[in-house]
Amino acid sequence: MATQHSRSAARLMMAPAVILLLGWMLVPLIMTLTFSFKKYLPLRGGDLGWVGFENYTRFVTSSAFWPSVVATLAIVGGVLVITIGFGILLAILLNQPMWGQGIVRILVIAPFFVMPTVSALVWKNMFMDPTNGLLSHLWRFFGAEPVSWLSEASMTSIVMIVSWQWLPFATLILLTAIQSLDSEQLEAAEMDGAPTFKRFLYITLPHLSRAITIVLLIQTIFLLAIFAEIFVTTGGAFGTRTLTYLIFQRVLEAQNVGLGSAGGVYAIILANIVAIFLMRIVGKNLDA
Amino acid sequence: MARAVTQQRKLINTAIAWGIGLLIFFPILWTILTSFKTEATAIADPPVFLNFDWTLENYTAVMERSNYAKFLWNSIIIAGGSTLLGILVAVPAAWSMAFVPSKRTKDILLWMLSTKMLPAVGVLYPIYLICIKFGLLDSRLALVVILMLMNLPIIVWMLYTYFREIPGEILEAARMDGASLKEEILYILTPMAVPGIASTLLLNFILAWNEAFWTLNLTAVNAAPLTAFIASYSSPEGLFFAKLSAASTMAIAPILILGWFSQKQLVSGLTFGAVK
Amino acid sequence: MGQIKLNQVTKSFGDVNVIPPLDLTIEDGEFTVFVGPSGCGKSTLLRLIAGLEDISSGQIQIDGQDATNVPPAKRGLAMVFQSYALYPHMSVRKNIAFPMKMAGIDEAEQNRRIESAAKALNLTDYLDRRPGQLSGGQRQRVAIGRAIVREPAAFLFDEPLSNLDAALRVGMRLEISELHKRLKTTMIYVTHDQVEAMTMADKIVVLRAGNIEQVGSPLDLYHNPRNEFVAGFIGSPKMNLVTGAEAQKHGATTVGIRPEHIDVSTTEGTWKGRVGVAEHLGSDTFLHIHDTGLADLVTVRINGDIQVSHGDDIYLTPQLDKLHKFGADGLRIN
Repeated sequence: MATQHSRSAARLMMAPAVILLLGWMLVPLIMTLTFSFKKYLPLRGGDLGWVGFENYTRFVTSSAFWPSVVATLAIVGGVLVITIGFGILLAILLNQPMWGQGIVRILVIAPFFVMPTVSALVWKNMFMDPTNGLLSHLWRFFGAEPVSWLSEASMTSIVMIVSWQWLPFATLILLTAIQSLDSEQLEAAEMDGAPTFKRFLYITLPHLSRAITIVLLIQTIFLLAIFAEIFVTTGGAFGTRTLTYLIFQRVLEAQNVGLGSAGGVYAIILANIVAIFLMRIVGKNLDA
Repeated sequence: MARAVTQQRKLINTAIAWGIGLLIFFPILWTILTSFKTEATAIADPPVFLNFDWTLENYTAVMERSNYAKFLWNSIIIAGGSTLLGILVAVPAAWSMAFVPSKRTKDILLWMLSTKMLPAVGVLYPIYLICIKFGLLDSRLALVVILMLMNLPIIVWMLYTYFREIPGEILEAARMDGASLKEEILYILTPMAVPGIASTLLLNFILAWNEAFWTLNLTAVNAAPLTAFIASYSSPEGLFFAKLSAASTMAIAPILILGWFSQKQLVSGLTFGAVK
Repeated sequence: MGQIKLNQVTKSFGDVNVIPPLDLTIEDGEFTVFVGPSGCGKSTLLRLIAGLEDISSGQIQIDGQDATNVPPAKRGLAMVFQSYALYPHMSVRKNIAFPMKMAGIDEAEQNRRIESAAKALNLTDYLDRRPGQLSGGQRQRVAIGRAIVREPAAFLFDEPLSNLDAALRVGMRLEISELHKRLKTTMIYVTHDQVEAMTMADKIVVLRAGNIEQVGSPLDLYHNPRNEFVAGFIGSPKMNLVTGAEAQKHGATTVGIRPEHIDVSTTEGTWKGRVGVAEHLGSDTFLHIHDTGLADLVTVRINGDIQVSHGDDIYLTPQLDKLHKFGADGLRIN
């Protein structure tokens, strides 16, 4: 449905969005790439010339690199397992007949709308504070020694906080997926004599597999980039320095832009690997 | 699927679901409750749940910190401005892609999404540098533009999904009726897409309100929104639990309410239509 | 005035040629029907005339003026869409007023035209309702009303009745015909239903794969189909087409005989067959005859009723003066 006229109008109207995004993508990307091949210390001499791949090798050989990869994987992996696992259970639960379903749904979704700095601070102080936090009260109540969560169990604490934020997202998407399951399929399986657990295993779970993949990919992209939660809780200390946080420190705290930019390029490559899979799924959906 | 569920079964479901729901919601509830306590009650052991002397002193204290209103205002300007600007840019683009699709439409849409996946930290310094160069560091304008660009793919995508549900014949009818392209978009498409545009606005306002990478890194005093205001409590000041709670409650309350309205759009918006 | 002339018009989508070079003149005031099986390009042709699609080459003239590059809004044509395409967020009144608002007609005149259109189309009581609150037939009338008030040079109808149920369709068919008689404006009407074409048209354009197979009045097409395709497409039930030895007897590759031009007897006749299903309509009976050795199935239309049973032997005699003969190229032999 198009004439030459509407096609040229369409091109014109698409232009602002395309040009803006193109600029938003290319300009900083090219700058980052350029910096990554330079020795660039804004506070100590500025641009000190080309250094080839030195920043790239230095970034991966620095003692902070591998711990940061481990920390990143631990957080992403931990949060994914928790949110998807509990998300499936919660979605199934919320799909059951009950009173006040709508309200429970809102209660479960609410954490997603809490800004990251608030949730990190509330958890850090009001729950995980070793003297006055609610968890320490609880520990003492049972006669146990309160835990200094963010220093002694820093990784567990951060995974807990981030999982709390992202569980609603996983639950909501999986719930939507479950609700789109044709009930006749389950009824047919029931008529065929499949017990509840087998119905879940052979009908519900395969139906959810696409939604689970999507949750997995989208969350991975967002989780690779978590920042505020670490910024306000540990500040990257106690083994919670993720790749994102390491780059942030190199760039803004140490003002070693060349090195940080090389790290940035690594992060971009990493995110793109995940993104390719996500785009495939989304793209397939576009054709349908 | 109409089938009698035993009342007992329903009762058990309800009890478990409410239990888990309240557990998940508890940190928010606790924050809200604590915001009405005195600092002493807030850290009392054993903790006090409901039977305390309710007070508004924390709210007055937070409000009296002269700059709270400014942080709030910055949040509103940044989230609102970036969303409105984004809609303005996205409506024509989404119109084009939905009603004059070409072979490249799909590629453009996917490419737009791919910009959303660039890790912000990878381009932190260039953006920082550009802001300094244009004197936009710690300015609301910079954040409005950056958050607009960040959310533009989602906005285009959501609008595209809504527009596609509008039959093309109606727009052709308008064209036959003598409407120009501008009139077609203004009188026919926009009114028909109001629900879609509204939910797009809502979701992106929420996302921009809660954004905490650029708002923390590119602001200091003048343009700092609530995310930065709250982050300032990570200093020992945070030990004033009741005041922290009051400030937090004020920062999240509007969004919790908006979020309640947007839960349906949340799914298709955040999964780019891959889950409906 | 509303004469529409197509000169060597073509349309291709990428490599696919939908309309090969095509010439056609639609005279002022004529009710022209484009008919053909789905995918024959009839809707595309209408959209080319409307200006909703660009033509790939050739020229479109409206009233002698070149309209090839004129945008749809400026061609002075009104269109009624298959889905009605009413604006769901506007009342019926606003829907009908929209084209006049776009044309900048003053409000008093707008109201006058709305009132008169509403009266003519029985919509007076519904003017303040939204399209969603109307039945299919009423929506159709609103769409027509929206087209009328513009006082266009020509009306374009794109399968306007296909979303209505059978009873309503007959009613609306009459209303549109009546409208044409009253307004005497050029109308171009696209349909896949040959009954609509036969009952409404002054001129029928039969299309297949973008080609015009024949142009003519309904009865012209009925009596003198130019080729086998038109013969098979126009007329209900379909013409029986017979090939082989029986056709050769008449000096043709294929002969066609309409079901209503075959006489039936239980005792004697030219062809012998066995009765299959008999469809009794009361006024007519359609007999489907097997095992004639001519075609898989021969259909016969008999006035009134006939008492035959499934499996009976039956004899058929074609009225020879009504026989249509076609050559090896499918064209009519006279």
